[in-house]
Amino acid sequence: MSVGKFIERLLQLIPVLLGVSIIVFVMMLFTPGDPVAIMLGDQHVTEELENALRHDMGLDLPPHQRFFKFLSNALTLDFGLSYYHRQPVWDVIASRLPATIELSLAALVFALVVSIPLGVLAAVHKNSLLDRIATVTSLFGVSLPGFWFGILLIIFFAVNMHWLPVAGRAGFESEVAPITHLLLVDSLLRGRIDAFWDALRHLILPTITLGLPMASILTRVTRASMLDVLNRDYITFAEAKGLSKTKILIKHALKNALIPTVTVAAIETGSLLGGNMVVETVFGWPGLGRLVVESIFVRNYPLIQAAVLFYAVTYVMLNFFADILYTMLNPRVKL
Amino acid sequence: MTTVTHWTGDAGTAKSETLFQRNMKLFASNRLSIFFLFITLGFVFMAVAAPLIAPHDPSDADLFRRLLPPAWMEGGDWSFPLGCDALGRDILSRIIYGSRVSIFIGATVILVATTIGVLAGLAAGYLRGWVDIVISRLVDILLGFPYLIFAIALIAMTGPGLQNIVLALAYKEWVIPCRVVRGETLATSGVEYVEAARAMGASRSDIMLREILPNILSPVLVVSTVRMAHVIILEASLSFLGLGVQPPMASWGSMVADGRSFMLQEWWLSTFPGLAILLLVLSINVVSQGLRDAFDPRFHD
Amino acid sequence: MNDAVLRIRDLKTCFDTRDGMVTAVDGVSLSLGRGECLGVVGESGSGKSVTFASVMGLVKKPGFIAKGSINFEGRELVGLDPKNYRKLRGKEIAMTMQDAQTALNPAYTVSNQIIEVLLAHDETLSGSRKAQRRQARQQALEMLQLVGIPSAETRLDDYPHQFSGGMRQRVMIAIALACKPKLLIADEPTTALDVTIQAQVLELIADIRDKLGMSVILITHDLGVVAEYCDNVVVMYAGQVVENGPTGAVIATPQHPYTQGLLRSIPRLSDLSRRIEPIKGTVPELIDLPDQCRFMDRCTRAQASCRDLIAMQDCGAGRQVRCIAPGLAGGSDV
Repeated sequence: MSVGKFIERLLQLIPVLLGVSIIVFVMMLFTPGDPVAIMLGDQHVTEELENALRHDMGLDLPPHQRFFKFLSNALTLDFGLSYYHRQPVWDVIASRLPATIELSLAALVFALVVSIPLGVLAAVHKNSLLDRIATVTSLFGVSLPGFWFGILLIIFFAVNMHWLPVAGRAGFESEVAPITHLLLVDSLLRGRIDAFWDALRHLILPTITLGLPMASILTRVTRASMLDVLNRDYITFAEAKGLSKTKILIKHALKNALIPTVTVAAIETGSLLGGNMVVETVFGWPGLGRLVVESIFVRNYPLIQAAVLFYAVTYVMLNFFADILYTMLNPRVKL
Repeated sequence: MTTVTHWTGDAGTAKSETLFQRNMKLFASNRLSIFFLFITLGFVFMAVAAPLIAPHDPSDADLFRRLLPPAWMEGGDWSFPLGCDALGRDILSRIIYGSRVSIFIGATVILVATTIGVLAGLAAGYLRGWVDIVISRLVDILLGFPYLIFAIALIAMTGPGLQNIVLALAYKEWVIPCRVVRGETLATSGVEYVEAARAMGASRSDIMLREILPNILSPVLVVSTVRMAHVIILEASLSFLGLGVQPPMASWGSMVADGRSFMLQEWWLSTFPGLAILLLVLSINVVSQGLRDAFDPRFHD
Repeated sequence: MNDAVLRIRDLKTCFDTRDGMVTAVDGVSLSLGRGECLGVVGESGSGKSVTFASVMGLVKKPGFIAKGSINFEGRELVGLDPKNYRKLRGKEIAMTMQDAQTALNPAYTVSNQIIEVLLAHDETLSGSRKAQRRQARQQALEMLQLVGIPSAETRLDDYPHQFSGGMRQRVMIAIALACKPKLLIADEPTTALDVTIQAQVLELIADIRDKLGMSVILITHDLGVVAEYCDNVVVMYAGQVVENGPTGAVIATPQHPYTQGLLRSIPRLSDLSRRIEPIKGTVPELIDLPDQCRFMDRCTRAQASCRDLIAMQDCGAGRQVRCIAPGLAGGSDV
């Protein structure tokens, strides 16, 4: 793909991102309650002070000016103050982000590692026992409510068997000096095997819970596209060339079969972001998802809005990368 | 001219009906799908007839029955087969009443979203031009939000409640049938019988509703079933997070949440409502899979 | 017939399908001499493609070779173990497919797809992997030049979709011929092409056949192509050979009513007034066929004794036909 086309695609993101911010802004306009009153809480202040605050926050401006202010602030990651945390909103979000990123990446890796071999084997051995097991498992995988499945996992693996911790991220959090803020990576970089092990044990159950629906979807996608590819003429032609079975499967079939898998995976990574609210709540995982849920009950609206915008921008970017990836894998598609 | 239009319209519809009927027959021959279709219908019956079949009032609390175990366990009571929750309410009755929430929200959201999505998709795909640009941009923008966070944000603004949940989910849900229908319409509008109808002067709404719509029913049906399963899980997730229907109304998601703090000892509080969600969602998914297999021409050979 | 490159005897290939046992190839025998070009003609469903899939060892489940023998250069191929079969395919027997657009892998450059055959088979490549790749790349370039790709150097690293239909077909032929095989099976090499390009591709195959001294099997449904390029012809119908012999003789005086019908259904520029007569009816389903003439239902000369088992019989000049009343209605009107 040429640089020009890439930039063209990048420019096409602008209307979408603009639309997304308009929607978030409109949500903000319709938020119940007066932001100043919420901010002040029980404190009684003079009307002048209140008006001064209102002016400070730009609430006395007409809506379109407020939107531009909101937009320019958002570009500098200025989302105002979280009165509940007594910190800037972005700082609160940033502090919760590594936990969410770590869990999402783990779930993504889990889903890919499980689904690609399973989908490929199911397609190669179509109608075999393994194929049937894969089909039934993936059907359950998309039908299981994550919050309930997580609880079952906790009851079995943590409470009854004592194999894994019940909840939380890791006990060593404060002990490993942060580099990337991802505990698995940091503990390895610092050579702390004990901390790595601890972090891993905390990760396993939430990762499975979060990754299972995605793994199920990707297994189906991989199986279907592999079946499709295996029937193509170029596979027969590759066989006629006298190539080995492994070479045909890995080089000729898999590369083409994985195009839909990778595309769907990139899109579904966005759904992981949506799912982590539930999973983080079940497992007491100190990430962004749980922060959003907590914020709803304390009516911390600025934080919710910033988080929604953040999620949406991330999601749009993920879809953008899915597109780019698709193009790179598939030389036929011209942007 | 009207008679001619009428004739082509009927011809198009009749042709698609036979295809649709053939697909349906193929679906009916799939015993697994039919079995799960009956389970799904069983849940629908349960929801409709809840007051008649529930053994108790779902809100009837009695602290003497607090955390009563299921009937087959020690200390169980057969008049409360699945035991009682922390307030002494009958779990079976609450599950029966809870099906009302899941099925009502699932059905309403899908009905609203499919109606809007189909009309918008038809308009975008057939009329093209600025209508397509506006609708497609809106779709792109709404697709930019992860589903649950969008619903949560809306509910955070509007407050929880049955109506607000339906709206919060439908705001985004229509995008999915819309995209499908737009694509199918684009593919269908060049087909001969549509061209023929156009040549004979059929009006645009006539072509959209009488020629194109019947021919894209199959994918719409597949999408709406698979999405209904998804919406039911979303509703349960919202209820689990405390953003769904509010107490004392029973919903499966909130029952799982309420039972969470008792999961170490009184496991039945969370397990049974969760099983109900799993069974309903699984059934709808199997039915949807069966429809997809029946409708997909690749499986017809 | 001692110098036969390929000799098929009584080959029977079946498919065990849900609807019953389909005998796609039923007792086919043929042989092919060194440097010979053999045309195999028949409608779709006549079993011509399955016959040569059997030769390539590429009959896929639920298909299998039920009986018969395929002898290639003195080696029996039926029952050959997969490993040795693999060494044969692409190296000694090569195949081109109907449509290069679908036969070439869209995800790899053409050089990549030529080089991989060479790396798999060519024992003259030596040195490190890198050195081997370099030599193979040089050979790939020569192959592309041989098949007449203009400015081949610059096109080596293009993807298949960047080539035109005719050029793609040439690329596929280059891949098939990369290891200088002894036998090329060309399955409908012209069907996917424009008429103007068809002749170029066939000339190319004939040309290379002379240069490399290989034998060629041309699978086609077009008797015109056979007349132009093939030494001998085999006509297949419903899984059986119904007529074979030297091309000129078969076309001049076709013996089997099916061959006659095929010839009558070809439009001729020389005689536009002649009516084209399509053969009425369709190829029968190949499930549980009785031991009778399979063309009977479509034949204008069918008689009671056609219900018996009909064997191939010699009819002089190296020709054979599967008909109890051959030659009637002769070739005079063709």
